[in-house]
Parts: sequence; structure tokens; C-alpha cells
Amino acid sequence: MCRLFAVTANDPLSPMVAINALNVMKEGHDGSGVGLFLTDLGGEFEKFQNEPILSGIFSNEGIKALDRFMIDLDFMVKYKLSFRPTRPTPAGTPKRDNYVIRVYEYPADWDGLPQDEIQHRLMMIQLQLRAIGEKDQSMLIFSFWPDVIMIKEVGDPLTVADYLGLDRKDLSARTILSQGRQNTNYSIDIYACHPFFIQGMSTMTNGENTAFVPIREFLTSRNFPGYSGYQSDSEVFTHILHYMQNKLGLGMEMYKHIITPLKDEELTRHPDGRILRNLKQSCRPLIIDGPNCVIGCLPDKSMFMVQDSKKLRPGVVGGRPGIFAFSSEMCGLDAAIPERDINLDYQPMKYETVLVRRGRQEIEKWNQWDALPHLH
Amino acid sequence: MEPVGRITPSTLSVGDLPWQVLWNKDRCTLCGSCTAVCPVRAIDLGVHRKRALSTPVGLESRPRNVFAVYHGIDQRTDPAHACVGCGMCTLVCPNGAIAPARSAEIDKLRFHVNQGGEPRRRGGRRNNPDSVLDKIKFVRISMLTDPALDAGRHEFELRTLLGRVLPPEEMLKVNREQGWMPPVREIYPLVIGSMSFGALSPNMWEGLQMGVAYLNEELGLPVRICTGEGGCPPRLLKSRFLKYVILQIASGYFGWDEIIHALPDMKEDPCAIEIKYGQGAKPGDGGLLMWYKVNKLIAAIRGVPQGISLPSPPTHQTKYSIEEAVAKMIQSMSMAWGFRVPVYPKISATSTAMAVLNNLTRNPYAAGLAIDGEDGGTGAAYNVSMDHMGHPIASNLRDAYLTLVKLGRQNELPLFAGGGIGKNGNLAANAAALIMLGASGVQTGKYIMQAAAGCLGSEGDRCNVCNTGVCPKGITSQDPRLDRRLDPEKVAQRVVDLYMSFDTELKKIVAPLGRSTSLPIGMSDALGIGDADAAERLKIKYVL
Repeated sequence: MCRLFAVTANDPLSPMVAINALNVMKEGHDGSGVGLFLTDLGGEFEKFQNEPILSGIFSNEGIKALDRFMIDLDFMVKYKLSFRPTRPTPAGTPKRDNYVIRVYEYPADWDGLPQDEIQHRLMMIQLQLRAIGEKDQSMLIFSFWPDVIMIKEVGDPLTVADYLGLDRKDLSARTILSQGRQNTNYSIDIYACHPFFIQGMSTMTNGENTAFVPIREFLTSRNFPGYSGYQSDSEVFTHILHYMQNKLGLGMEMYKHIITPLKDEELTRHPDGRILRNLKQSCRPLIIDGPNCVIGCLPDKSMFMVQDSKKLRPGVVGGRPGIFAFSSEMCGLDAAIPERDINLDYQPMKYETVLVRRGRQEIEKWNQWDALPHLH
Repeated sequence: MEPVGRITPSTLSVGDLPWQVLWNKDRCTLCGSCTAVCPVRAIDLGVHRKRALSTPVGLESRPRNVFAVYHGIDQRTDPAHACVGCGMCTLVCPNGAIAPARSAEIDKLRFHVNQGGEPRRRGGRRNNPDSVLDKIKFVRISMLTDPALDAGRHEFELRTLLGRVLPPEEMLKVNREQGWMPPVREIYPLVIGSMSFGALSPNMWEGLQMGVAYLNEELGLPVRICTGEGGCPPRLLKSRFLKYVILQIASGYFGWDEIIHALPDMKEDPCAIEIKYGQGAKPGDGGLLMWYKVNKLIAAIRGVPQGISLPSPPTHQTKYSIEEAVAKMIQSMSMAWGFRVPVYPKISATSTAMAVLNNLTRNPYAAGLAIDGEDGGTGAAYNVSMDHMGHPIASNLRDAYLTLVKLGRQNELPLFAGGGIGKNGNLAANAAALIMLGASGVQTGKYIMQAAAGCLGSEGDRCNVCNTGVCPKGITSQDPRLDRRLDPEKVAQRVVDLYMSFDTELKKIVAPLGRSTSLPIGMSDALGIGDADAAERLKIKYVL
């Protein structure tokens, strides 16, 4: 079972906060991967909040191809952070040439484009680069989005973090998702490493989504190019969230109603049972199954946690105004925020969604039995 | 040797028949039960002259012939009275003195079952016990990567949907605009397939209906039953139990006068309307109720004279194209119930099924598609149709599902699969395999007859005399003397038994796969088969 840790704080934090929390939970992951999603960035990156940041791993050839590709599109590098480790590669971690984080300046002819169009183009560039890189393994692309950095590598989280020097001062963020991976059913593939990202939103999961194949079939048949990849069965959680928000225009309060809808009998007793029943039927292929704790981050930097319909996974949220952490195990939370009122820690159950907004003042709790906000 | 003319081309010996009736003189009490019960009168009381040699002691009298008479059983050998192997004689014999035995030699009867130029007609299924569904294994077991679920303790929701399901975007739009939302039924994924009132005896029908009502009202299992083409007794049409019934309309339109007339008196809408365009057992052929079974009651419900055969046309005669057939019939049926009842077509599995499916995806009123494979059963059909016509269900269903996936409409148009499900007794495994290949649910009739009423038919051509109304169990007869052998209460009890055990078995299949929240429709990653060609064709794993 993978280990998950996420933190959201008013003051930028080093990703090492998350890595150390993962390390405390070490017996739960096998070092088959570590993934980081950083947003609401601090440090130098704060100056480039609206410029897209490319995160990925490149061979030396890949870097050249990237430059050619981006120059052709008229993207200019504005700022960059490169990791070129000189130390010996840790056991199990592949030798890479370049870990790249680059802030780009938009092409001049993108000026005045509607936001939707810009977002679509950014996603398409990410997909194109990934496709180019897949041919010769010269590029691994994790995200291309403003105010988002992603780092993924195979190996033990702390070892990889040391190796990459993630404690550097110029890398900090207010919102961090991290996962220490326990490889389960699939061969080790860095694209299977959580968190997953699409158009500003990201989720990570510990568990197994046994309904993966029908969900993947449904998403891929939406004819949306971003619904691709699926090296991990958990990637669909991110894409369902995206589909719900961007395609259906529904808010976060509906996420649980889509992935783990109330039972037919329960719906007869719900104040909004009629619409929820219709939603359940229409979104039937998006119903997840198996044990899953999902932690994610929305484009507005809200952080949330939901559980599967039986609450088969652990998951706890705690903190104090200004900083909250979401952790798959209590010890991770204790390591990150020891000075908190543990009586206010919260473990969401099967009907619940918990959410901490960007203001980081409180843990909001919603229940699937609550009446819905007016839909229109 | 007999003189010319006594031995005809169709004169057969007992050994030429598929079944030989073995009779034990020493045990027989001559009670006559066997000859009375035999549905095809294959056995008669035999009066035999027997010669014995009497050899007195001493030299006074000479040995002499003694002629005596003894009584026993004669097996008739003419094709019309050949033993069908049902074994009712064994069932009724108080002393175990009689039993049919299958011939080791391939019978010669098969060359003579066309007397008078009439090809053989029969009931039952394709005479072939092979089943690709039985070969499919469930190979994706959650164990240590993630815990398997507990079939006995965890909660499961294994219902399915019957009805046109709008895609999420459109559903929200319709909801916003208060538009028409197509009716969708939440039902149990095992549907009792269409067996008509007429094909089945009144007692059998009553038993099934009682069982279904009990499952719904006492056990909370939303089981549905399809009427088949023969209408529906008016008392049921006007009862609250109609909501558990799928009314079928087929090319003979039998019984639809009664149904239409009952409309104003209906307390509930039916679950759905099934328009039968084809049947797996006899693809391209219409329904057939032979004259033996058209008694006063059946004639009244169907609106026909008594004692005539009722062959339905192979297709709906008022239609000439798929577009028209589907659009007009579905729409008019929908309209009859104020667009509150799902209407879907049923076709026999065929290589042309994708054309039908594509057409349905463009018809907003089509509520689903039922596909009936070549192993489907029937009460009456030509033997050649049953044994040689039709398409296996597995690949046809899979093609249909993957076609829908390609169109992105896999959730919009539910597919129901039928034909040979549970033919070797593996009802839950076969149903689960089809669901994971993409079916939203399955339909079965023959298994229900076998499990709930003790039907003796088999794919080894045993019994299979449903067509002539002589069913020795009273399941498919219309003769009150036979019907009364079947107690409707007991049938209902068995329906409940088989559904409860199916439900447990289905959970025993899906729980280890880590599925409980929804029916695993299209979960093809769970399936494997030890046949590389089949695996490739069905797009599932090849496992050895």
C-alpha cells in the first residue's frame, strides 16, 4: 500500500517536509517510486505565477529536442531550475541526464487567447512532448502548467530527495502532494507514479481501483486527448475529477456522488435523491471500487481527501490555522505538524469529503447525505 | 425373413433408436404406471406367448411343449413413438424395474424423423453441450496487493440498469431544462427470459410469477421476468405485480389485444417492453406454438381459434427496414405508456448485430438491446434451426460492447445477453463472464425450467418434446392432467432458491476481484481463457 502525505501552509515549505513525513511512514512503501506535486509556489517561482512551468526528466538528446520544439512554438525560457546530480545514482534509481524545471514565456501570438484555449494548448504541448519522448525514452514529462512543479523518480523517497538535493532553498511551495510508492500490479513505470496531473488539478491514491478498466474505457471514449496514459489505475481519479469539473461543470461536492454514489435505497431517502440517482446512472462507469484513499489538489489550491465507499483505507487530516496536513498514516501527520491539537484531527469516513481551502483556516467537512447546493 | 412389404425403409429395431428401455421382468409388478406416464407412449403392455419344454419324470410321458402367456413391456420402434429418454418410467416405477439407456451406437432414428416430409421439430436447445462461457476463468484475484472483499459480510450493490441512460452532459441539461428523461429501471442482472404463456403451462407461469413477486416484495431483489410472445393473463395485467414483468411483443402480436385493452386498468406500468425481432434458438424464424398446445385458455389470451398451430412470421410483417422497424415500433410502444416505460429490441446473435446496434445508438427512444445466442432454448422450433443456425453469444456480445465503447456509448445502451447461460449448470459463472465481457445483464429461460421445475431436457437430446404439449413434468404442457403434476408453490420456492444461491455465487465471484460497489460491467481484465484464439477474439487474457 502506498503512503501519501500532503501539506498546505500559508508560508512556503521545502518539499523535504513531505519527504520526511513519507520517511516516517517508510514501512508502507517499498521505494519503487516517489512523486511530488508542488503548487502555490514560493521563492523565485512566485514571480512567475502565470507562466507555464515544464517539469520532466530529459536525456541530453531530449533537452536538445525540447529546445528545438519549444523554440519552434516561440516559447522562451524565463527561469529554470536544473538538477544534474553528480553523486552516484542510488540503487534502483535509473541514471538520468537532466531533471528539468523550466518557466517559459508564452509565445507572443498567444496574447489575448481565451483562458480555455490557453489551457487546452498547454495540455496538448505536454502530451506532444510526452509522445515525442516515449519514442526514444528521451523525455519524461510530468506537467506543463503555471505555478505547478512535479518531480518523480524511482527509488526510496528520502534517498532520492538527498540525491536530487531537494532541500535547496530555491524550491518551496505552500501546497505539496507527495507519494511513496508501493508498486502493486504493474511493472515499475515512472508514469505510474502518483500524484497525477491534468490541467491544474492533481490527485494521488493509496489502494487499488478494481474498476479501472471500465473507467478507463469510459474516459478514453470521451474523445478528450488529456484522458490518456493510465500506466496506473489511480490516474483515473484525477481524470474523473477533471471530467466532473471541466466537462460537467460540477463542484467538488459532487465528486463522492460520482465515484462512490449512495446506494439505490439510500437515494430514496436523500433530499436530492432524484438528481443524484440520475447522476449515478449517467456516471455509472465512473464508479470506483476497491480500497482507496484519494488526496488531491484543485486548481484553486484547495486540498481534499475522500475515501472509498467502504472506507477501507486509513487517512487523517490535522493541523492548525495556517498549516494543515493530509496523511495516509497518523505518524506522518505527527512528524510534519507535531504542535497541533490532535483532538481536532479528522479521519473522513465513507460518506465524507474533507477540504482545506487556500486560506488554510479550517477543515471543511461535507457529507454525502447533505442537501446539495443549488445546481444552477 | 418377412415377406416384402412388412419391412419398410423406416422400420427400426429397438437398437436403432437413441434410447432403449430396459425392463426387468422379475421386479415388475405389472402396475402399469410406466406405460401410463410415458409422454410419447414409447412403451406398451406386451402380452407374449412363451414356449417351454416340459420334461416329466419317468418314461411314461414324453417331453412336450408348453405354451404360456406372460405380460411385460414392449418398446415401440416407429419414429413417432421412439423413446425420448425422459426417464419418467423410472421415476414412477415402485420397484425400479424399468429405465431408459442411451444407445452406444449412433442411432438410426435421425434419418427417419421426417415422416410425411415434415422435418423434425422439437423443444430444448442446440444439441451440443460445449460452452465457451464455461471455459472462461476469473483470474484477477485481489489478495495481498489489496485485500479481497468478503462475500458474506461486505455490502454489495449488484443491480443493473435497463433503459436508455443519458450521457452525463445531456442528463444535466435535461435536468436543467426539465426535459424528458428516458425511463430507467434498476433491476437484478439475471432476468427470467421470455417464455410465453402457451409455451409454458399455467402452473409453471403462476409459479414463476409467484417466485418473482416473493423475491421482490419479501427479499428486496428486483428480479424481472419477460412474458415471451403470448400475451399476459388479464388478472396479472391489472395487478400491481405487472411492474415486475417485461411484456414482449413479437411478430405474431399474440395477446396484444388483451394488453392494449387492459391499458386503462393498469395500476402499474410494466417494467419494460421487449420487441422480439429474433431468437437465438431459431434465428430468422418466428415463434411457434404447435396446435397441440392451443387449448381454450391459450386461444382466448392469444385471440385465436383453438387447436391450430401458431407460427409467427419470421419478421414483423408491417416493416421493411431496420430503421423503420426500430423507430416506429419503439416509438409507438413508448407512446402507449406515455414514454414512461423502457422499450428495447431483442435480436438473435448474428454477424449483422452491429448494424442493429449502430442504428439503436441513434434512436433516442431505444432502451437497450438484448442479444440471444445460438444456445438459447425454445419451446418449439425446427431441429435444423436449433442445431445449425445462429451465432455464439460470447463474441457477439463482446463485439457489441466494444462497438459501444468505440462510440463512447457503453453506458447509454445496456446490452442484455442470453443463450446458453448456465447450460451446464454454471449459471453464476456464465452470467459473470458475460457481464465482464460487457453485458449489463443476462437472460435465461432454460436454466430456470431445469432448476425451478425439474425440466428433464438436455443437450444430449433427452426429452425435448416441449413442442407437442406432452411435457411429462407439466412445465410446457397445456393438458390439465399433466399440468397438475407441477405445484406452482413449489416452483415459486425453487425460483427463490435459485436466485438466492445465484446471488451468493455472484458475490463469491466478484468479491475476490475486489468488486462490490457496482456490477463489474466490462471488467475484462478479470477474465482469462486457456485458448489463445478465443482470448484474442474476446480481447481477454490467454492463460495456461
